[in-house]
Parts: sequence; structure tokens; C-alpha cells
Amino acid sequence: MSGPSYASALALFAGAVLVCAVTVLWVSSVRMVVRVVALQGWALAAVAVSLGLQAHDAGLVAAGVVVAAVKGIIIPLLLRRIDASDVTAREQRPLVNVPASLVVSAALILLAFASTRVVSRVVGGPAGPLVGLGFATLLVGFFVLVARRRPVFQIVGLLLVDNGVALVAFLVTAGVPFLIELGVTLDVLLGVVVLIVLAQRMRHQFGDIDLDELQELHD
Amino acid sequence: MALALVLVLPVLGAVVIGAAGWRPWSAWAAVGANGALLGAGIALSVHIVDHGTVTGAWGVLRADALSAFMILVIAAIALLASWLGVRMIAIELSEGRCTERRATLYGVLVQLFVTTMLLAVLAANLGVLWVGVEATTVATTFLVGHRGTKGSLEASWKYIVICSVGIALAFLGTVLMYLAALHAGGHSARALDWTWLMAHARLLDPSVMRLAFALVVLGYGTKVGLAPMHSWLPDAHSQAPAPVSALMSGVLLTVAFYAILRFKAICDVAVGPTFPRTLLVIVALLSLALAASLLLTQRDYKRMLAYHSIEHMGLIALGAAAGIELAIAAVLLHILGHGLAKSVLFLTSGEIMAAEGTSRIDKVRALLGRNPSLGGVFGVGLLALLGFPPFSLFVSELVMIRAEFQVGLGWAATAALVAMVVIFVAVAGHARHMLFGPSGGTTMTTPPSAVTMVPLVAGLAVCAAIGLFAWPLTGLLQAAAHTVAL
Repeated sequence: MSGPSYASALALFAGAVLVCAVTVLWVSSVRMVVRVVALQGWALAAVAVSLGLQAHDAGLVAAGVVVAAVKGIIIPLLLRRIDASDVTAREQRPLVNVPASLVVSAALILLAFASTRVVSRVVGGPAGPLVGLGFATLLVGFFVLVARRRPVFQIVGLLLVDNGVALVAFLVTAGVPFLIELGVTLDVLLGVVVLIVLAQRMRHQFGDIDLDELQELHD
Repeated sequence: MALALVLVLPVLGAVVIGAAGWRPWSAWAAVGANGALLGAGIALSVHIVDHGTVTGAWGVLRADALSAFMILVIAAIALLASWLGVRMIAIELSEGRCTERRATLYGVLVQLFVTTMLLAVLAANLGVLWVGVEATTVATTFLVGHRGTKGSLEASWKYIVICSVGIALAFLGTVLMYLAALHAGGHSARALDWTWLMAHARLLDPSVMRLAFALVVLGYGTKVGLAPMHSWLPDAHSQAPAPVSALMSGVLLTVAFYAILRFKAICDVAVGPTFPRTLLVIVALLSLALAASLLLTQRDYKRMLAYHSIEHMGLIALGAAAGIELAIAAVLLHILGHGLAKSVLFLTSGEIMAAEGTSRIDKVRALLGRNPSLGGVFGVGLLALLGFPPFSLFVSELVMIRAEFQVGLGWAATAALVAMVVIFVAVAGHARHMLFGPSGGTTMTTPPSAVTMVPLVAGLAVCAAIGLFAWPLTGLLQAAAHTVAL
């Protein structure tokens, strides 16, 4: 790829990661949100592959393929199983409504870009200015964790945090060494499997619940 | 080779239980594997004190004196916890509160949990260290939810969600450190190696390192249970079965703190000691204040022990903030002493809960009169945790405070002392209620068997012995403190 088209492809894919994160705040149906997360996985993989092709780094391209397989295919398939019994499940009573959520996410994105100027400067090149996108995705993920109450949405929030961190990793260091990347992705996959099993156990035990109905433990 | 063997020993226990199912003999085989692990840890420590650092598995694993010390702590507590776990599961099976499949899963996961902690302290590379710590979360979530009650499921959900967020931040910190290392001329394959980073710490970009260290303290600090990221801890520690609480409170917290110690040593050189010190003092004092205020009103004795862990993590963070060799040696001694005493107390609290059927402080009275052996161990264990001589926590707390005054953190040490006095009053009040009080009308409960008492008494005896005669550990402690001290 030539210089300018490489830079704009990279910006497009990295931007798509953040757009997917904000879209999570906007949708309420479980089926849709799983699709959005899958799309984000593919965008993240595309970032890794384009960086790898540009730098002729086979390890990074391989990391992109692993990310696409795990975050673009396997995890979405697993997530779909949680609400398999009611495919029309929705987040009905979010703690923060959609318009307010979008305003908050705009503020978070500004904060992310403001706080990553140092890192952007050190990284430089076409990837440098994009680092803020990763931090913004991470912050939006935090917000989903506190503002949404269905178990599926909480898992999605964690995935957003994780994808934000992964995007920063790809952009600033062209990915961690491949072996570590494998370990990290495997840990994330196992973590999601554990969360899904827990969500199913809770559903089995207490029926269809929102997480803030869990009030057993307090001081 | 030797290092790979250390990792394989607990896995052997998991394989035996997984293949044979939970049987008394397979459970005892896992206890034996953990005993062998302790033996291997002692042999490795002796070797490292005499001959220096050992590497293995093509450079992925590396053990210096600090790793060896942590292996000792992990192995000792794994031995105690798996020993008591045999009887706990036997009781649950006989009362029908646990299926055989669950028991097998429990046995396998405990052994894998121990393995992941060992991987974390044996990692030569800060990325592999991260993989190890993250894997502990995955391994322990089902253990927290073992009882399958509403409360335990809630606790395990909170635990995995909050800790996953924390650990993601720690990964971001690791990535930023990797960025700084690449810019300092590191080659991608070695740039996260601890030895390379220590050798080139002066070249790392200070502004990136500050952000990296802040993220690491926040991220791994979540797993340590330091305020303000502690909120999962009291729930998880009170809901998990007693042996799991013992392992989590006794070692898992300090394994995460071990990660902070490694990063701090690099950061001390890269940006100077003031920044890491300030951050650690802030989280330490916050944790102490929080533990003190919540211990006063505690009504559940397992939660009381959990908040007490937050206090001790605060003390350890404050000791690490001082950073000189004396302080770090005391921090490590405190990690061992707290691990032993706290795991004995959690295991005893499991026995008390089995005998009394409640975890509420106001429902347990006159324990010393009705069940002298359990009440005695509980009382003596609390004395150890509150820092009474001859237990090693007395020595380590004293030395930490001295070191803090030496580096000009006297004001923070004074604040910590105030919190410790409040905590002393609070815990002593709760203990008086549980141990003494009128026993009129209440019945005697069955005393625990000798098999149960042996590990509990042995744990406290070792804690007292290292307080009285630290000499077998002196060489190891000095060498370990030297690797990460200022």
C-alpha cells in the first residue's frame, strides 16, 4: 500500500472501532449489540492486518487473523447463546437513557484525546494521532459497564474496554510479541466463556434479571 | 528444567483429580503435590541464595530471590488450603450440598489457580506476568461461586467484571512500558524482559513511564484490593469457600502486589522515586482509612477478615512506598506473615461456620468456652494479625514504620498508626464478643479432629517461629529485597 492510502485505511478501521463502541450505547436489542461487537472485532483485526502489511510483519498479520477469529466470530457466537431463549431481549431500563449516554460519550472522547497527547507525540507517524481512538473506546466501555444493566451488556462493556486496550497496543507498538498476544487473546476468550456460564447460571437461578436487582451483599 | 518442574507439580494434582474424580485419595494426592511444591520451593530458594538467578523454558521462565520467596508463600498456603479443603468437600458431599461433579471441578480449579499464581511469579517477561495474573481471575471465578447461592453468584459476577477491567488497565500500562522500551532501542522479542528493562531503565521516556505506572497501580491495584478499587474484595472473600478465601486473601492479593513491585523498580530508575512513592502513599492511606471505618461497623466475621486484608495491603503498599532495602525486606516478611495468619483465620472461620451455622458476629458467643480448640486458634490468629509479638507481623510492621520515618514518610506512618489503633479497637471488640461472653444455655459444639487442627496450629507456629528466629530467611529476604529496592 502507498503512504496516503495506507494512512487513510488505518484511520478508517481505527475510527470504525470507536464508532462501534458508541453504537453500543445507542442500540437496545441484544441481537443488534452482538452484531455491533462482532463488527468491532473485524475492524480491530483490519487495523492489525494493515499495520502488519505495511511493516512486512508476519507476526502482526497473524495476530490480526487470531483477533478476527476470536473477537469477530467465536465470541459473538457464544454471546448469542445467552439470550437464545428470547431473541427479542432488550435493555429496557438503562440507568442512563440514550440521548444522555451519547452526550456523555462525546465528553469521554474529548477527554481521551486530551489525555493521550504525550503518547501520540512519542508514537508519531500515521498511527500516532489515532491513539486517542483506543482510549476513547476504553472509556466508552467503562460507561457501558456502569450505565447498562443486562448481563449481556456488561459483557459487551468489558469487550469494549478490552478492544480499546488492544487498539492502543496495535497502534503504539505494532502489537506486543506474538506469543504474548496469543496468551492475552486466550485469556479474554476464557474470561468471556466464564462470564457467559455465570450469566446462564444466574438466569437459571433467579430468572430474567437486571444486575441491580442483585442486592444480597452489602455492609 | 527445575522451573518447569515447579509449574508441573500442582498441575499433576489437577490431572489426578480430573482423571479419577474427587475421591479422598485423589484429593490427598493433590495435597501431596502441594507439599512437594513447598519442598521444591525451599530447594530452589537455597540454590538461588547460593548460586544466583535461574532461567528455564527457553527464557520464558526466570526465578530470582524475589520469585523464590513468592513461591514459598504460594506453596505454604496452597498446602494449608488444600489440606483443609479435603474435609470441607467431604462434609458438603455427605450433606448433599455439593455434587461429585462440582467437587471434582473444585479440586481441579484450586490446583490450576495455584499454577497460574506460580506462572505469574516465575515469568521472565512482564507480558507473561500479565497473562498469569489474568488467568488467576479466570481460574477463581467459579471457585468464588462454588456454593451456587444467590450471594455467591453475585459475588463472582462482581469479582470477574471489576477485576477484568482492572487487569485491562494493567495491560495498557504494560503496553505503554513496551512502547517506552522500543523507543529506548529494545528489540521486540526482549523489550518486555525484566532484566532488559532494569538494565535500560534510564533510557525510558519519563512521561510515558509515569502514565504507564499510574495505570499499573490502578490495574494490578484492583487485584490487590487497594482502595478505591477494592469493592469486589469483601464480597468475594466472604462468599468463597474457606480454603479459596484463604488462598485469595493469603496469596493472590500479594501476587498482584508482586507485579506492582516489579514495575516500581523500573519506574524508580526511569522517573525517579518521588512519583511512584506519592502514588503508593495515596492508595495506601486510602485503603487504611477505608478499612478502619468499615471494620468498626462490621457484622459478619468473614467480611471482617476481608476488610482486615485491605488494611494489610495498605500497610504493604506504604512499606513499598518507602522503597529502601530495609523496607522491602519488611514488606516481604509481612507478605509471608500475613499470608500464613490470614489463611489460618479464614480456614478456622470456615470451621466455625460449619459448627455454628452462621457467619454473623452477634450470633456467635462464648466460642472459647464451647469449642476451646477452634476458639483458641481463632483468638491466637487474630492476635497474630493485630501485630502482637512473637508473631512475625510484629517485627515486619515495626521495621516498615522505622524505614518510613527514615525516608521522610513519618507523617504517613503516623497516619497509618492511627488507623491501626482504630482497627485494633474494632477487631478486639468483635473478637471479645465472639470468644467470651456469657455461655449460659448454649451447647458445646463438636471439636475439630486432629487432622483439621494440625495445619491450623502449624501455620500459626511457623508465623511465630519466623518472628522469633528470622535467620533461615535472612539471606533470601535480603537478596529478594535487593532486586527491587531503591
